[in-house]
Amino acid sequence: METMSAEGLLSWSWLLVALPLAGAAVLLLGGRRTDRWGHLLGTATVAAAFVLAVLCTVQLAGLDERRADVDLFTFISSGDLDVRAGLLLDPLSLTFALLITGVGSLIHVYSIGYMAHDAGRRRFFAYLNLFVAAMLLLVLGNSFVALYVGWEGVGLASYLLIAFWYTRPAAATAAKKAFIMNRVGDVGLALAIFVMFAQLGTTSYAGVFAAVGTLAGGTVTALGLLLLLGACGKSGQFPLHAWLPDAMEGPTPVSALIHAATMVTAGVYLIARSAPIYDETPTARAVVLAVGAVTLLIGAIAGCAFDDIKKVLAYSTVSQIGYMFLAVGLGPAGYVAGLAHLLAHGFFKAGLFLGAGSVMHAMDDSVDMRRFGGLWRRLPVTFVTFGLGYLALIGFPFLSGYFTKDAIIEAALDRDDAWGWVLGGVAVLGAGLTAFYMTRLMLMTFFGRPRWEDGVHPHESPSVMTVPMVVLAVGSVGAGFLLVRAFPLADWLEPVFGEEHEAEHVVAPLTVGLVVTGVMLLGVLAAWLFVGRREVPVLAPVRVSPVTRAARNALYADTVNESLLMRPGQWLTRALVWLDNRGVDGAVNGLAATLGGSSSRLGRAQTGFVRTYALGMLGGAVLVAGALLAVTAG
Amino acid sequence: MIDAPDLSLAALAPLLLVFGAACVGVLVEAFVPRDRRHAVQVAVALVGTVGGFAGTLLLAGTREVTAGAALAVDPAGLFLQATVVGLGALALLLFAERSLDPARSAFVASAAVPAGSVRDRELATSSRVQTEVYPLATFAIGGMMLFVTANDLLIMFVALEVLSLPLYLISGFARRRRLLSQEAALKYFLLGAFASAFFLYGLALVYGATGSIRLSEIRESASAEGGGVLLVLGLALLVVGLLFKASVAPFHAWTPDVYQGAPTPVTAFMAACTKVAAFGAILRLLYVGFGTEEWTWRPLVYGVAIVSMVVGAVLGLTQTDLKRMLAYSSIAHAGFLLTGVLGLGADGAGSGLAATMFYLLTYGLTTLGAFAVLTLVRDGDGEAVHLSQWAGLAARSPLTAAVMGLFLLALAGIPLTAGFTGKFAVFRAAIEQGAWPLVLVAVLASAVAAFFYLRVIVLMYFSPPAVDGPTVGVPGVPTTLVLAVTATATLVLGIVPGPVLDLAERAAIFVG
Repeated sequence: METMSAEGLLSWSWLLVALPLAGAAVLLLGGRRTDRWGHLLGTATVAAAFVLAVLCTVQLAGLDERRADVDLFTFISSGDLDVRAGLLLDPLSLTFALLITGVGSLIHVYSIGYMAHDAGRRRFFAYLNLFVAAMLLLVLGNSFVALYVGWEGVGLASYLLIAFWYTRPAAATAAKKAFIMNRVGDVGLALAIFVMFAQLGTTSYAGVFAAVGTLAGGTVTALGLLLLLGACGKSGQFPLHAWLPDAMEGPTPVSALIHAATMVTAGVYLIARSAPIYDETPTARAVVLAVGAVTLLIGAIAGCAFDDIKKVLAYSTVSQIGYMFLAVGLGPAGYVAGLAHLLAHGFFKAGLFLGAGSVMHAMDDSVDMRRFGGLWRRLPVTFVTFGLGYLALIGFPFLSGYFTKDAIIEAALDRDDAWGWVLGGVAVLGAGLTAFYMTRLMLMTFFGRPRWEDGVHPHESPSVMTVPMVVLAVGSVGAGFLLVRAFPLADWLEPVFGEEHEAEHVVAPLTVGLVVTGVMLLGVLAAWLFVGRREVPVLAPVRVSPVTRAARNALYADTVNESLLMRPGQWLTRALVWLDNRGVDGAVNGLAATLGGSSSRLGRAQTGFVRTYALGMLGGAVLVAGALLAVTAG
Repeated sequence: MIDAPDLSLAALAPLLLVFGAACVGVLVEAFVPRDRRHAVQVAVALVGTVGGFAGTLLLAGTREVTAGAALAVDPAGLFLQATVVGLGALALLLFAERSLDPARSAFVASAAVPAGSVRDRELATSSRVQTEVYPLATFAIGGMMLFVTANDLLIMFVALEVLSLPLYLISGFARRRRLLSQEAALKYFLLGAFASAFFLYGLALVYGATGSIRLSEIRESASAEGGGVLLVLGLALLVVGLLFKASVAPFHAWTPDVYQGAPTPVTAFMAACTKVAAFGAILRLLYVGFGTEEWTWRPLVYGVAIVSMVVGAVLGLTQTDLKRMLAYSSIAHAGFLLTGVLGLGADGAGSGLAATMFYLLTYGLTTLGAFAVLTLVRDGDGEAVHLSQWAGLAARSPLTAAVMGLFLLALAGIPLTAGFTGKFAVFRAAIEQGAWPLVLVAVLASAVAAFFYLRVIVLMYFSPPAVDGPTVGVPGVPTTLVLAVTATATLVLGIVPGPVLDLAERAAIFVG
C-alpha cells in the first residue's frame, strides 16, 4: 500500500487524540480546583477536536490519494517486534472521527445540563474526555496495536462511566459485567494480534493487509474469527451481548455516546477496517453474518418485552448493530451500507437516548414506562425530537433509517442464493419488530393517560439539553438521504473499500422499499392494537405467554451465561482456593515452619558467651584450613 | 642503615588528612575547653573526612605503588577509600546528632565511670557529652582507608589494628543500657584479638613459605614454586582473620551481640564502613596476592558464602530486636558479597571486583540509612528497637515509615532500589564464572531474608499502633542530612545505576 506522509494540518492530527486526553488529565489531576470550570474545559476540548476533524477532512478530501500517514514515535521496539505509533488518516478513520467528535460534542453540551446537580460532574467530564481520546486513538491508529490500546482505553472509560454512580450496587455490578464480558472479546483481539505478529512479523495495517494473501486459508479464517470475537465483545453481539443492556446503569449521556453512538460500533469498525482479511475468508464472513442475524432478532425480540425505557433502547442498539454486522459480513457489497447505517444510527440513537434522558429528567429519574404516559403535552421539544428519532429508527420513508436499512436488506438479497433470502427475510422481520417495540415505547411514554407517580411534575429540560437533541433530530432526519443519495458515502469511502460495484438487483429497490415499509406499518399497527388501544397497567401483568416471559428474560442470555460460564467458573475458583489453602499454603506454611524451627535451633548457638563464640571461630578456622589443605592435596 | 622509603605525598594525601584530623582531635581533647569541644571536634572530624573524600576523588585514576611498595594507590583502592571515608563522614554526622536524645548525645558522658554508680546516674541526666568518639572514629576511618590500600601483609595487619582498636572502644560508649554496651565492647575486643592472632599467624606462615610479605611477591613466588602446605595454611588463617572483620559466618557470632550493644550510630558506622574495609582487604588479598592460586580459595569462598547467606537469612527470621535483625542481615549480605568475590576470571578478567565494589557502596548507604532511622524511634528508655514497638508506625509517622520501608526493600533487593542493582551485579559476575549453583542458593536465601524485612513493613503499615508506642523524634540537621543522602542514593542507584556502575567498572583495577 502507498504511504504518504501527512503534510500541513494533517500532520497536526495527533492533536485530535491529545486534546481530549489533555482535558482528561487536567480534570483528573487538577482535583477540586477545576470543579467550577471543568465541564466547560471538557466540552471545549472535544469541540476543538471536532473543528480539527472537520478541517482535516476538508484537507484530506483535497488529496489525490485521500490517505495520509502520520508517523509519531517508536512505541515498542523489542527484537523483531517494531511497533511505530502513528495515525492513519483516510476516509474511513476520519468519518469515524467526525462522528465521535461531532456527536461527542453535542453530548458533552447536553451533559452540562444533565449533570448540573451531580457532585461528581468534573469526574464525569474527565472520563468522557478520556473516552473520546481513546476512541479517537482506536479509529485513527495505523496499526492493530494502536487500535488495541484505544480498544482497552474505551473499555476502561466505559467501565468507569457505567460505574459512575458506584455506590449503587446495580451500577457496580453492571460495570463489572461489562468489563468481564469485554475481556472475553479482548482476548480474541489480542490473540489475533499475536497471530499477526507470529505469522507476518508486523501489526501495522499496511503490513498486515499487504501480506494477508500469503497466509494459509486456515490462518486467515482463524484471524477473522478471533477479530470477530473481539468485535462481538465490544459491540454487544451474540453471545457476548448481555452486558450492553445492563450498562444502562450509567448516566444517560454515557448510554447515548458510548453505548449507542460510538464505542459499541467499534466492532463494526474493526471488521470494516479488516476488510482485506475478511475478503480472503468466506468462512469467517459467514460467521459474521450469522452473528449479525441472530443478534438482530434477539435484540428486537427482547426489546418488545421490557418496560425500562433505556433497556428497550439498549436492546434496540444491540439489534441495530446486528444489522451493521450483517452488512459488513456481506463483504464488499455491504461495507458501505453497514457504515452508512452506523452513522445514521449514531445520530438517531444518540438523539433517542438524549430524549430518554430528558424524559427521565422530567420524571425524577424513573425509567419505568408503565409510570409515564401523556408526556407529549408536557415535553413538547423532547416529544418532537424523540419522535423524529423514532421515525428514523423504524425506517419511516425518507428519514435516515429508511435509506440505510433498505440498503442493507438490498445487499443481503443481492447475494442471490438461499442464504440471501434467509438474511433478507430476517432483516425485514427485524424491521417489523423494531417498528413494534419502538411504537410501543412511544405510546407508553408520550401518549395515553398519565400514569405518573405521586409528586412527579414533568417539565421540559433546559435549552442546554434540548439544543443538542434538536441538532441530533435534524441529523436523524437528513443523515440517510445525505449519506446514501446526496453525497454518497460509497464515493467518499472508495479509497478504502474500492470502487462501488453496481450489483444486479435480484429484487427491485422499489419493491424492497415497499415491502419493508409495509412490514414496518404492520409492526406499528400491532403495537397500536396491543398497547395503544388499551389502558396500560401500572404493574406488568404476571400471567403472560411463555413467549413474553422468554422475551422479558432477554431470551435467557444471562441464565445461559450463568449456567455455562459463571457456575463452572465458581466451581473452578472454589477448587483453586481449596488447592491454594491446602496445597500451596500448606507447602508455604510448612516451609516457613521448618525455617522458623531451624532458626530457633540454630539460634541456640548464639549463647552470649565469648567462649562459645571463640570455639565456633576455632572450629571454623580448622574447617577452613582443612578444606584448603584438602583442595591443595587433592 | 635503613633508607627512607620514597613517599608520594600526593597519593597519600587523603590518608594523611584523615589521620591528621584524628591527631588534631586528640589535641583538641586536651586543649579546647569542654563547652566548645563538641563543636570543634565535629568540625575537625568532618573537615578531615570530607577533605579525605575530596582527595580520593581528585586522585581518581592514579596508579601508584608508594611508601616502599607498602601501599598501592590504585583505582580500586581509591574507590574503596572514597566509599569508606564518604560513609564514615555520614556516620560521623550521626554521631554528632544532638536533638534526639534528651541527654543531647547517644554517647556516655564518661565511659570510665562504672555503670550504675552514683556518679553514673548523675552524669546520665547531665548535659555533658563525650567527644573522644570523634578522634577515635576518625582513626578507625583512617585505618580502614589504609587497610584497603595495603600492599603488604604487615601494613595490612597494622591497619587492621588501627581500625579495630577504636571500634572496640567506641562500641562500649552507649549512654543507655551501658552494661550491654560494655559487654559488647569486651566481646568484640576478645574475639577481635583472637581473629587478629589468626591473621598474624597466617602472615607468619606466608612469610615462611614465600620469604616475602608483599602481595605481588607472594603471587610471583606462589606461581613459581606452586602452593606449598605452608602457603595454603597461611592463606587460610589470613582469610579467617579477614572474614571475622567482614562478619562472615561461621566467624559471625560477635556481630549480633556487638551490633545490639553498641550505640546505634557506632553500629551504623561498623555495619557500613567496616564491611567495606574488610571486603576491600579480602579482594586485594585474594585477587592480588593469591590471584594465581584462585583454584585453592574458590571452593573455600564458595562454601563460606553459602554458610553465611543461610545462617544470616535463617537466623534473621526469629529476631525480635531490630538491631539484631539488621546484624543477621549484615551476615547474609556478607554472603552475597562473597558471591561477587567469586566473579574473578581465570586471567584476572571478570566483573567480580567492580560488582563487589558497587555492592559495597549500595549496601553501605542502605544499611547506614536503616540504622539512622532506628535512632529516630524512641521510648523513655532510649531507642525502641523491639519489633512490637514498631507496630502501626506508619499511622503515627508516615515519612519515617516510608523511609524505613525504602531501606528495607533495598536490603531485600527489590527492583528500583539500590539493593536490587547491587545484587544483580554480583550475581551476574558469579554466573559469568559458572557459579550458578551458588547464585541459586543466594536467590533462595534472599527470598527467605525478604520475609523478615517485609515483616517490619507489614508491621509498620498494617498493624494497629501499640497503645503506649514509641515516639518518633524530630531529627536535627545531621541525621536529616544522612537520611536524605542515603535515601536518595538508594533510590537513584536503583533507578539509574549506570553512571556509578560504569565508575566501578573503570575503577576495577588493582596494581601491585
